[in-house]
Amino acid sequence: MNWHAIRAIYFFEMARTRRTLLQSIVAPVISTALYFVVFGAAIGGRIQEVDGVAYGAFIVPGLIMLSLLTQSIANASFAIYFPKFVGTIFEILSAPISAAEIVIGYVGAAATKSLVLGLIILGTAALIVPLRIDHPGLMLLFLVLTAVTFSLLGFIIGIWAEGFEQLQLVPLLVVTPLTFLGGSFYSVDMLPGIWKTVALFNPVVYLISGFRWSFFSLSDVDVRISLAATFGFLFLCLALVAWIFRTGYRLKK
Amino acid sequence: MTDAIAIERLEKTYASGFQALKPVDLAVRRGEIFALLGPNGAGKTTLISIVCGIVNPTGGRVLVEGHDILRQARVTRALIGLVPQELTTDSFESVIATVTFSRGLFGKPADPAHIERVLRDLSLWDKRDTQIRYLSGGMKRRVLIAKALSHEPKILFLDEPTAGVDVELRRDMWEIVRDLKRKGVTVVLTTHYIQEAEEMADRIGVMSRGELLVVDEKANLMRRLGRKTLILRLAEPLAALPPALSAYDLTLTEEGRTLTHAYAATEDRPPVGPLLADLGSAGVVVGDVETRQSSLEDIFVDLVHGGDAPDSAPTTQEAAA
Repeated sequence: MNWHAIRAIYFFEMARTRRTLLQSIVAPVISTALYFVVFGAAIGGRIQEVDGVAYGAFIVPGLIMLSLLTQSIANASFAIYFPKFVGTIFEILSAPISAAEIVIGYVGAAATKSLVLGLIILGTAALIVPLRIDHPGLMLLFLVLTAVTFSLLGFIIGIWAEGFEQLQLVPLLVVTPLTFLGGSFYSVDMLPGIWKTVALFNPVVYLISGFRWSFFSLSDVDVRISLAATFGFLFLCLALVAWIFRTGYRLKK
Repeated sequence: MTDAIAIERLEKTYASGFQALKPVDLAVRRGEIFALLGPNGAGKTTLISIVCGIVNPTGGRVLVEGHDILRQARVTRALIGLVPQELTTDSFESVIATVTFSRGLFGKPADPAHIERVLRDLSLWDKRDTQIRYLSGGMKRRVLIAKALSHEPKILFLDEPTAGVDVELRRDMWEIVRDLKRKGVTVVLTTHYIQEAEEMADRIGVMSRGELLVVDEKANLMRRLGRKTLILRLAEPLAALPPALSAYDLTLTEEGRTLTHAYAATEDRPPVGPLLADLGSAGVVVGDVETRQSSLEDIFVDLVHGGDAPDSAPTTQEAAA
């Protein structure tokens, strides 16, 4: 294992975050606070509570997931796309490091960032709404798994993307809609008829549902299924990354 | 002794079907400066990129210090430093951060003393905390060299190191390369500046259209393929060659004012002395003597443009008597 290389990549990426603190940490925290104001205060005034949980608190896990998903993808995709774009990728490709080491460095840093962000948002939320966390261990597990999985997905998108437009395509057109429709702001049970079934095809539903269960012990789908699905996505992303490095897809000519 | 780099039947055909390398064989010796010379698109960068692991080969194999670049990539890559052709740098990083990063990336533990030495050698120490985007093009080139040297490579690839670099910096760059050679580093440089190869290299390989046309010691190459021309400027124009000189292969030019004699640079005993003596006894007064030797450039142009033997029209003046 080339630990020096993993360290180098990890700290290089973390240094980049420090340089872009406003964009990496402050901006997502502000936008999440805005969601609290709009959904929590405005809509919360009408919905009051869902399954016995105050609406303001009910949306916290979904909001954290929303930030976690989008930021993990943004961090990791940019981290690997940018060297490709400016050409500094040559150094990574010519270094004595394995694919696994590259992934641990980049994905580790991206996941760390979004994890920190998720915890900051959690802290912010706790100041605004009364929160309880029934299963803190499981909550952390979901947080870590999701951060890692979606950082992997971001890494894949960053390698696949051939332009800045493509880099934005998946987060904007796929991930954000799926997250909004994934029960961030409502329980799937609140959906009318057929849409309840349709919602179950949305992978994000499983992430949010499981994560919410770790807070309030209530969920749209069984927490074991959520956990299995989360691991499923993780392995899917790992398999894709392994394939990319084996074939040199879009990395090597 | 194992060669620094041994390339056997190395081939590359890109997905587009373009054959960038036809089967190429090449051995680069330890501690030498080897110049790969060729026009743009000759396959130089492809060759280097394969050895460094950036491009996958289609066929053949490469050994670096006896290790296979595909099966023992970790070993071979740690031995190699690469300075790419393009100025690709992390604009927002400081000089020292990016150089330290490279050392870690290549698996070496932190060594601030070594990094300082490299930066001082390249006159970058004063700029160590400057973000790279504020540096001039020449300074960025130095940063790339510093990155490549950060992990103490045994072999250094310089891909067009002096492209777009001013004369002074080019001289500096050459000095840096010579210094590396003194320290035992094997240097492979690609260039399309013939002067650079002529100035620097121990051996030269000429590439064109994916083929290695010739590989030889610089001196051999110039001797083997070079031509010399003896030019005699006469004090008085001659109407015709005196019969006494018919034994020599002489041409009367410039309306009888110069005599020229062309011969191969490999010729052991060019007949310059006897010729001058015979000219004297024939009553021809020579005002000035000049010899010209074909430069590497002439040789190169001949090789790349097909002719096996170089033209007999040398251009560079070597000496004027």
